[in-house]
Amino acid sequence: MYLKINSLHKNFSTKNGPLVVLKDINMDIEQGEFICAVGASGSGKSTLLRQIAGLDRPSSGEVRVDGKVISGPGPDRGMVFQHYTLYPWMDVQKNTEFGLKLLGVPKKVRREQASYYLSVVGLTQFAKALPKQLSGGMKQRVAIARALASEPKVLLMDEPFGALDIHTKESMHEFMLDLWNRTNITIFMITHDVEEAVFLANRVYALGARPGTVRKEMTIKLPNRNSSVKRHSTFHDYRDELMDLMRQHGKEAVAMA
Amino acid sequence: MTQSPESIQPYLRPNTLRPTVFWRLAEDIPPRLNLAFTVASIGIPLVLWWLVTTLGNVDPKFLPSPGQVIAAFGRLWNSGELLQDTVASLWRVGVGFLMAALLSIPVGVLMGSFASIRALLEPLFGLVRYMPAPAFIPLLILYLGIGEEPKVTLIFIGVFFFNALMVMDTVKFVPKDLIESTFMLGGNRIATLLQVIFPYVLPGILDACRINLAAAWQLVIVSELIAATEGLGRRISVAGRFLKTDEIFVGLIVIGVIGLSFDLLFQYLLRISCKWASQKR
Repeated sequence: MYLKINSLHKNFSTKNGPLVVLKDINMDIEQGEFICAVGASGSGKSTLLRQIAGLDRPSSGEVRVDGKVISGPGPDRGMVFQHYTLYPWMDVQKNTEFGLKLLGVPKKVRREQASYYLSVVGLTQFAKALPKQLSGGMKQRVAIARALASEPKVLLMDEPFGALDIHTKESMHEFMLDLWNRTNITIFMITHDVEEAVFLANRVYALGARPGTVRKEMTIKLPNRNSSVKRHSTFHDYRDELMDLMRQHGKEAVAMA
Repeated sequence: MTQSPESIQPYLRPNTLRPTVFWRLAEDIPPRLNLAFTVASIGIPLVLWWLVTTLGNVDPKFLPSPGQVIAAFGRLWNSGELLQDTVASLWRVGVGFLMAALLSIPVGVLMGSFASIRALLEPLFGLVRYMPAPAFIPLLILYLGIGEEPKVTLIFIGVFFFNALMVMDTVKFVPKDLIESTFMLGGNRIATLLQVIFPYVLPGILDACRINLAAAWQLVIVSELIAATEGLGRRISVAGRFLKTDEIFVGLIVIGVIGLSFDLLFQYLLRISCKWASQKR
């Protein structure tokens, strides 16, 4: 297994005693998969991603990438956050190069590498622009290029299109599928958007809330991956099944709150 | 059984917000009007001063006319005293402020970045900040005599603690996501501090320095009122003793103009060095 999560638990201590956020999460992800973990708020999906990123330590259990146990953040996992995390004083080119600079890659090599990934995300002509001159979708594409430039083993995405309008979101979906096909990179993305998960992922983990658990694992087999597939009955079946799962757990969560 | 609420119809007024120029809230006014108001801001008090001293029967020992102040300015300038005083005051501010800034910026960034250093230093700095710097004068004279050292140290004390705490506050505004992104890209703590946190807070640091330079400029005048042979503050206190009111005005105006020039210089530095941080696109 390429990305492996073994009986991961995460508790937070609160005033009212320990709060179980993640309970016995197990996931096995192969190289080159596009995985979406979909869950409502309270499902601990962001917490889960932070454990994989190494920004947080699990209370018990472990995360392994390519056999190595994760003990902290590092460039073998590229991360794209929901909110824009470009460095506002660097232009697009410098932003994309920055990870390589931190790794000590020589100037010429990192410039070529960054230029390549900027062309992959279609932003070559914006290399000299500052982040504040870009639209939301473009900013996320730069963040993706920056993450990819360090050639990570897995790309982690934390609701990366949550702040985008519906049209930009759809074009980013097509962009992601195209990127995945061309680079064959392993992607682990969390989202609350069921349609987004079904459309993008080859496998979906549905998370239940309070505490966060894996309720269902679903392999997605669609006839094609064009936006027209969203009208296809297979797409609707997957979507409805996931929606029902989330609705059910949503009710439980509200009743408990 | 819940009752339906009382009707609010009588309170609903039909009029909407009327357009305005002068009372625009959080909006720019036309640039020409802006310029006119800027000129009026300085011009009206000048004209009033001139009218009062020309038309009214005012003792020049009480309020000299603009012409008399200009004449005094020429007199002090030609004798070389004004330049000497100005250089003396600028030197004290320059040395005291630069030393305070060079030390307080790294200390402030460290306090803002590391909760450990903040816990170590913030209580002490918070306490000393509320001790007015001029209250240290007797101690400074006792420890350092009456030369340049106590004056420069006074400015240092007055700037260092404020500046460190203000720089610390700007570091709090660095988004956590930006720091975590840097960790994910392989940045260690030193690289994150130097290459992400510092550039991000640089505009805030320059702004803190701009504000505290005003404090430094006030303190140099205070320090010279105590014991000095030259300096703009000294010039004012000597002029007061001999009732040379026109020279007091010269001193005050020169102090104000130099202070304003510093302020504008810092604003300019901020604009050219941190284009990314400007509000406008």
